[in-house]
Amino acid sequence: MTAPLLDIRSLHLGVALGRSAHHPLLKGVSFQIMPGEAYGLVGESGSGKSVTSLAVMGLLKRPLAVSSGEILFKGQNLLTLPKREMRRLRGNRIAMIFQEPMTALNPLSTVGRQIAEMFVLHQDKSWNEAQKLAIDALASVRVPNPDRRAKNYPHQMSGGLRQRVMIAMALACNPDLLIADEPTTALDVTVQAEVLRLIKELCAERGTAVLFISHDLGVIASICQRVGVMYAGCLVEENETRALFDTPRHDYTKGLLGALPRLGSRSQHGRQRLVDIDSIIADRSKLTETRFIAPRGIEGSQP
Amino acid sequence: MTAPLLQVDDLHVRFPISGGGLLGRGRRMLHAVNGISFSLAKGECLSIVGESGCGKSTTALSILGLQEPTEGMIRYRGLPLAGPGAPGRMQRAKAVQMVFQDPYASLNPRQSVRSSLAAPLRLHGFTAGSEIDGRIEVMLKNVGLTPEHANRYPHEFSGGQRQRIGIARALILEPEIVVLDEPVSALDVSIRAQIINLLLDLQEKLGLSYLMISHDLSVVEHMSDRVLVMYFGQIVEEGGWREIFEAPAHPYTRRLIAAIPDPEKALNTAELQDCVSDVPQFAGRSFISDGSTAPDVFTAPAPSELVEIGASHKVRLASA
Ligand SMILES: Nc1ncnc2c1ncn2[C@@H]1O[C@H](COP(=O)(O)OP(=O)(O)OP(=O)(O)O)[C@@H](O)[C@H]1O
Ligand SMILES: Nc1ncnc2c1ncn2[C@@H]1O[C@H](COP(=O)(O)OP(=O)(O)OP(=O)(O)O)[C@@H](O)[C@H]1O
Ligand SMILES: [Mg+2]
Ligand SMILES: [Mg+2]
Repeated sequence: MTAPLLDIRSLHLGVALGRSAHHPLLKGVSFQIMPGEAYGLVGESGSGKSVTSLAVMGLLKRPLAVSSGEILFKGQNLLTLPKREMRRLRGNRIAMIFQEPMTALNPLSTVGRQIAEMFVLHQDKSWNEAQKLAIDALASVRVPNPDRRAKNYPHQMSGGLRQRVMIAMALACNPDLLIADEPTTALDVTVQAEVLRLIKELCAERGTAVLFISHDLGVIASICQRVGVMYAGCLVEENETRALFDTPRHDYTKGLLGALPRLGSRSQHGRQRLVDIDSIIADRSKLTETRFIAPRGIEGSQP
Repeated sequence: MTAPLLQVDDLHVRFPISGGGLLGRGRRMLHAVNGISFSLAKGECLSIVGESGCGKSTTALSILGLQEPTEGMIRYRGLPLAGPGAPGRMQRAKAVQMVFQDPYASLNPRQSVRSSLAAPLRLHGFTAGSEIDGRIEVMLKNVGLTPEHANRYPHEFSGGQRQRIGIARALILEPEIVVLDEPVSALDVSIRAQIINLLLDLQEKLGLSYLMISHDLSVVEHMSDRVLVMYFGQIVEEGGWREIFEAPAHPYTRRLIAAIPDPEKALNTAELQDCVSDVPQFAGRSFISDGSTAPDVFTAPAPSELVEIGASHKVRLASA
């Protein structure tokens, strides 16, 4: 059996409040991502999706801190890795794309230069070589006229193009893992569809594993093989995508699926009231105790 | 025949944009809305869909009287709502109200719920405190809150509750038409479901007419009676929700629908759907655009017309 690429074990993370007090945000999150696999995290706002990804990237800022657990990447615990080595890994073996590309791109530098920098930093290329590679990278994310576009500053591009530049930068060094946190939420639907397709195809082609974060189950379904559902700092259910949609087991997952208007359902079943998650989960605070994870390929049972 | 509740005729909105040249040279006109006509019936939910910048909000703002039309006519029960002969702000407020996308930004943080609901009532001549309180109480119940909530301030509410207050404020003067500009897109999935249910309940209970703007086509399919698909300030397709979602004719509508990240579709088709194969032909006429390239907003769109292709189904084709 192949070893997981990313293995998060019982991750506890919280806000440090003074010396000993600590407000928990993640309460023992565990999941694994296999090499080349696309894994989705869904869950409501504030459930802990982004802090999970920041922990993997080693980008948690005070007062946020991991209190216990392990994040194994190719068997190596990232939490105990020296800062310098973590920096080498980031952008090179693990890369990330965000919802708003403007926050991650430098407004004062051309996009070509910013992509080229990845090759110089991580692959010891000369600037000359790197510039050429940057144009290739832009072409690979299907930016039209890549040599001309390389000379653009971020603000000269549309949101969809900027997101492509981010993807080009993230995939420049052929990382093993791409973390995408709501990368298409700010985009129009047709642009979103193009960007999703691009991520899906490029990662499949290169064998890049993906940790894809979204509140949109439809987006997750179009990209991921497996899905983890987060609620209040816990992973409450995990399953293969198809199985999660067909046989959700946790009340929260059932609620989440029923709360969405589903395309075509009105013509098939007439207009039905959407499920109100709060009404099917009488006491939200009890939810976290019914944690349920169906392991890969195995029919799980309630622990 | 009685006049429709709301009638928009050949609405155009153009914005003068300075080209940045010396002495204001190169002043150009941005064509935001390029000849929109539609009507809204009592009790109907009509949705406008289309990509960012296609002119949805500008159309809505014109109806609310917040944007002066460059050309065209907007009538409420047969009487002009904007332009010459339009009623004042007060009368218009009783005809049309708006629910905003962002419940956080649309409420005054220093006003209690009671005062933000009482202010429009006072403006409209309600003086008796008991009547004002009575109306506020009924309205809070209508939107699923309790009378005690009236004494609280916006920061004491969750996002979903705040959107309920936004809805209460839009409905307090009992308008017949409510404009919903992305009413649920800022809300979490679970809260979104509650607000959609609430909007549909209120529509039925109070006989409201909705003009809804939304990016989310699954919400549009769920809520609408009729749908207008807009591209570059024009309606490119118009029809009942079934026509639009089951038999979309315009390539742009097809692209929009194909792009919806729907779980069923994603799981049942191997590849992310592209779109637009076998677009039907209508009398050998072509479409002026399939919506795949950004329009030049500084030039008026090419001549075209909306052509009827079914009882309540129209599509825009290049002029013959
Ligand atoms: N710097 C911080 N200090 C204190 N609390 C924080 C900080 N960052 C995040 N949190 C809290 O951690 C919890 C999880 O936040 P996180 O950003 O991971 O949510 P999320 O699932 O990504 O939500 P969203 O869908 O809104 O992006 C939230 O309750 C949030 O308020
Ligand atoms: N006050 C204004 N001055 C100049 N241009 C404007 C103004 N308001 C809108 N526009 C332009 O008019 C066009 C239509 O804008 P509008 O806000 O109606 O789009 P929209 O369909 O509501 O988009 P979105 O989905 O992003 O809200 C856009 O090109 C926009 O930049
Ligand atoms: Mg987040
Ligand atoms: Mg708008």
